[in-house]
Amino acid sequence: MPTFWLVVVLLALTALGFWFGRRRALASVQGNPRHLHSLPIYYGANVAMSIAIPALLILVIWLLAQPLLIENRVSATIPQELIPENTSIGLVMSDVRRLAEGLDQAVDQNVMTTAETLALDASTTDVRELLGTVGVALGSEVRPEVLAAAQSYRQLSSTGSTAMAVVCLVLALVGFGLSARHTNKEFRARNVVERGVLALLILAASLAILTTVGIVLSMLFETVNFFGLHAWTDFFFGSTWAPNFRGDSELSMLPLLWGTLYISAIALLVAVPVGLFAAIYLSEYAGPAVRSLAKPLLEILAGIPTIVYGLFALLTVGPLLLNLFGQGENGILGLSWMTGATSVLTAGVVMGIMLIPFVSSLSDDIINAVPQSLRDGSLGLGATRSETIRQVVLPAALPGIVGAILLAASRAIGETMIVVMGAGAIAKFSANPFESMTTITTRVVSQLTGDTDFASPETLVAFALGLSLFVLTLGLNVLALYIVRKYREQYD
Amino acid sequence: MNTMNMLDKTLDTNTTKITARDVNVYYGDTHAIKDVNVEIAANTVTAFIGPSGCGKSTFLRCINRMNDTIDVCRVTGDILLDGEDIYDKRVDPVQLRAKVGMVFQKPNPFPKSIYDNVAYGPRIHGLSKNKSEMDEIVEKSLRRAAIWEEVKDRLDAPGTGLSGGQQQRLCIARAIATEPEVLLMDEPCSALDPIATAQVEELIDELRANYSVVIVTHSMQQAARVSQKTAFFHLGNLVEFGATGQIFTNPEDPRTESYITGRIG
Repeated sequence: MPTFWLVVVLLALTALGFWFGRRRALASVQGNPRHLHSLPIYYGANVAMSIAIPALLILVIWLLAQPLLIENRVSATIPQELIPENTSIGLVMSDVRRLAEGLDQAVDQNVMTTAETLALDASTTDVRELLGTVGVALGSEVRPEVLAAAQSYRQLSSTGSTAMAVVCLVLALVGFGLSARHTNKEFRARNVVERGVLALLILAASLAILTTVGIVLSMLFETVNFFGLHAWTDFFFGSTWAPNFRGDSELSMLPLLWGTLYISAIALLVAVPVGLFAAIYLSEYAGPAVRSLAKPLLEILAGIPTIVYGLFALLTVGPLLLNLFGQGENGILGLSWMTGATSVLTAGVVMGIMLIPFVSSLSDDIINAVPQSLRDGSLGLGATRSETIRQVVLPAALPGIVGAILLAASRAIGETMIVVMGAGAIAKFSANPFESMTTITTRVVSQLTGDTDFASPETLVAFALGLSLFVLTLGLNVLALYIVRKYREQYD
Repeated sequence: MNTMNMLDKTLDTNTTKITARDVNVYYGDTHAIKDVNVEIAANTVTAFIGPSGCGKSTFLRCINRMNDTIDVCRVTGDILLDGEDIYDKRVDPVQLRAKVGMVFQKPNPFPKSIYDNVAYGPRIHGLSKNKSEMDEIVEKSLRRAAIWEEVKDRLDAPGTGLSGGQQQRLCIARAIATEPEVLLMDEPCSALDPIATAQVEELIDELRANYSVVIVTHSMQQAARVSQKTAFFHLGNLVEFGATGQIFTNPEDPRTESYITGRIG
């Protein structure tokens, strides 16, 4: 039975179970729901849960595990000499899978019967041409061993699918039977459903956490591989970033880290004052009409994809800065500090613009959360609005604002597209904001997209860089949360 | 209530500090205060009583123009402070509030040290030339607010760390540090326990020597204990205004009597 129909049948059973459970519960009290422990729908939901959850859970696990198990068994039957030099068993196995799929297709399109596919012989029939007629193109002539493997692949898959359908249906029916037997007026269906809801919520929460753990682990394994090939002292304490695809590269994180922090610092210098002042205006001075218009407009800025900001940097801000500080259009200020449109300043300014709504939106919420009684107290003492804001509202909101700024900083550090298009690609230590520089994120992209062996340190360094970035932003986020929590207790 | 005691209370002075003439207040379409006329004497504690929503807090907030901070609020009529109209265009509400201090229902110390809380007003208005003068103002204010002995050793501790009653006395100290002429109190004891309430009430009685105090209260016992004059508000009208002893023992208006005896409100 195809998986699709299996799921449909399970869902239909579930719906039937819901209806049946509800009916049976009502029948047990002669149709008067006031004598039931729970509302009738809870009895229905309990039966539906008992049918659907175990069966669907097994279905998902089975679908994930079956290909792995079959692959293992089939690949063991393939002889070593069939594997071409310098490749792995994986290539042969993908041929096997493709052939098996092609035969299934042939059966589906009525080109062959199931019996005919089993009787195929690679030495007499041209399997490649045959499958070409059903729209499956094979890369090479089919060898008898591969055909045999494909046949056993199909055999195992179809046995597995049948077994899966049987097991799932049996589970569903057992669930149906057991829960239907429980369904009477004394049964506390509401409490059981409540536990089911709890389990669902825990599942969702643990999925999010497990994903994070998975991401960290996958980075960690490749990072360990990288440090097996390259000295960690060079990565952490070296001074040059010079990847060389013939090997013998100098791969130090420090110039990239410097570029990252420098650009982020400029971005924050732009975003924090502007964002904060915008937040103060919106929350303390603006009337409801202005506020209802300006706040969504500011938040539109947050919705612009960063690649668009990158274009803005490339086409507008870069040339503008070049006109101001360099000889572009013959230099408005007569300076020659800047030689190209890509620079730390370009990327920093545009990234700052990107962060303005981030800072202003968070700060606005935080400033609004400062109790009105504090403002009244200050105004009642004869303070003006700006004195009140400067001396009472902002100090009270400060921990939250610091948290917002740190969150903005971790976004700046992780930003890629604006840097690619605005900052250039030269890794170096320099304090000159008019020079090109590069950041960790852009180097991760360029190291992974190169046409090189995956197992070389030049590629694997991307994972070490990614992990360092992860640790850096995680640290900033933790610090932000710590500051917010620590000071919140004191002021509320 | 000790009736005899109340009747004995004498009015120290008859100088008028605040005069309100035909004051009307609107919140958008709501007519919150209707034609209120009242004269508040200097060096007197005047209590505003009345059921919830009767407009007593609204009227109190008119006296230092705190209603200006509410967009939809509109005030008509005249309120004179020492004969000058405080709603005149030439009057800066910020300066007015330095002369007419306010203490709120809920203690609202700033998230600063005790010292900085008290020094806040004097710093804004430039009342001290140097640190030692400021120290003097802070000590004097805290002493007047009867909290000096409790906090003198921890002036650097945050004001928010004090107990509720201490916080409210700190707020009173903060309000009198700017040397106002009038002190407005909006239910200053409603968030306090009986012991703290007693302390604050005692303090209010002492403050009468230097300031005109106007207090809004829900507790009729409190009005009877601390005030010399009482105004009874009902549905935005000033129903009756007179000596506290008279209002509580021999009210003229039947509504006042109903409220005091607990039949309305």
